[in-house]
Amino acid sequence: MMSRYNRHIILSEIGQLGQDKISNAKVLVIGAGGLGCPILLYLTAAGIGTLGIIDFDVVDITNLQRQVLYGKSSLGVNKAIAAKARLEDLNDSISIIAYAEQLTYKNAIALFNEYDIIVDGSDNFETRYLVNDAAIITNKPLVFGAIYKFEGQVSVFNYNNGPTYRCLFPNTPAQDNIPNCSEIGVLGVLPGIIGSMQANEVLKIVLGIGNILSGHILCYNALTCKTSTLKIKRNETAISKVLKTEENFHNTKMEVNCETEINTISIHDILTKDNIQFIDVREAHELPKIEGLNVKAIPLGDLENNLHEISTAKKKVLFCQSGIRSKRAVLILQRANITNCFSLKEGAKEIIDTYKVFKTAQKNES
Amino acid sequence: MQITIKYFGQLTEITHIEEETLEISGTYIFELLETLYRKYNTLKTKDFQVAQNQELVSKETELTGAEIALLPPFAGG
Repeated sequence: MMSRYNRHIILSEIGQLGQDKISNAKVLVIGAGGLGCPILLYLTAAGIGTLGIIDFDVVDITNLQRQVLYGKSSLGVNKAIAAKARLEDLNDSISIIAYAEQLTYKNAIALFNEYDIIVDGSDNFETRYLVNDAAIITNKPLVFGAIYKFEGQVSVFNYNNGPTYRCLFPNTPAQDNIPNCSEIGVLGVLPGIIGSMQANEVLKIVLGIGNILSGHILCYNALTCKTSTLKIKRNETAISKVLKTEENFHNTKMEVNCETEINTISIHDILTKDNIQFIDVREAHELPKIEGLNVKAIPLGDLENNLHEISTAKKKVLFCQSGIRSKRAVLILQRANITNCFSLKEGAKEIIDTYKVFKTAQKNES
Repeated sequence: MQITIKYFGQLTEITHIEEETLEISGTYIFELLETLYRKYNTLKTKDFQVAQNQELVSKETELTGAEIALLPPFAGG
């Protein structure tokens, strides 16, 4: 019988020896979303011997526009679990391990130690810096990919003493610069392109062929079809700073949505809007505006300096566009020992839909 | 000197242009940035790195290049 890897094996650059290297490789993919799907599909098809998938999220209908591992039957299922089921159908001769949990400072080091190569398909800066720092500490090559609307970035970090993500961007961007809350669109095929480039880098590292995208970041624009490759230098200061965190790494807390319990509430569970102080933590320019409710607007970045404006008596519901920044905001209040505050699971739009409060203020009935 | 400046990602939402050529009089990268901040007010609130002739450099680097690129970090996946 012809081997399923025949088209690899007949390439002189790969051969049976190369295919054996692929079969012996252990690769961990962080996130089974837009980037994770093509990465996982191609690495599974290529026969990567051990493939780890970590994702805590579940599949929803808006994922199907680009997350090509999933179909209607995966809706509501954890992504790591759903991905494993689909990938095992594609190739049952490899070992696929699903971790249906969040990557944290607590579990990252032990997990990374189990693998040869780490692939970042995450969707937020906090996880990206965690992945980068854990890759430095465990000394694993990191195949990086990130997307924004119609543009993508690809690089290989920490490869043969090459630069890391912190050599490129030393610090997590300022909080109000993190555009992860309001829904940002993305061209569905873009993560397919960028994720496939990441899978390609993984195979080149495993096989030891070609030029690895280390020391460079490739920027791709899907609208113009232009690519720019920019050179990155290793920054020893940034790397040694990370290495110093090794001892206490597992104790570092994620800022949002994991180890710290943050009180959240759904708009549908708010029994009465009376006696609630709504706090809008969005920037002043963000729409839609809400009028006719007891809303205090304090952008997230100004919250710490305006704690005196927050009612201590009333129940406080903090909101933004989709419930991410408001979690950070609740965390700030909790640290300031302000109790009875909740992060709204939904966003401004759902408040308007529920209470029909928009622009023209309702008459105050009291 | 004539310098071509390229903008990536979120930055193009401020500049409404992906590339432009400007006459720049400064000696250092940060002087070029000051010129750009005057032109695009909100640019200075954004995180980005600067590449000169396709090589990432610090803002204190001498301006020698014909091409400058401003690269913001992307989080999406």
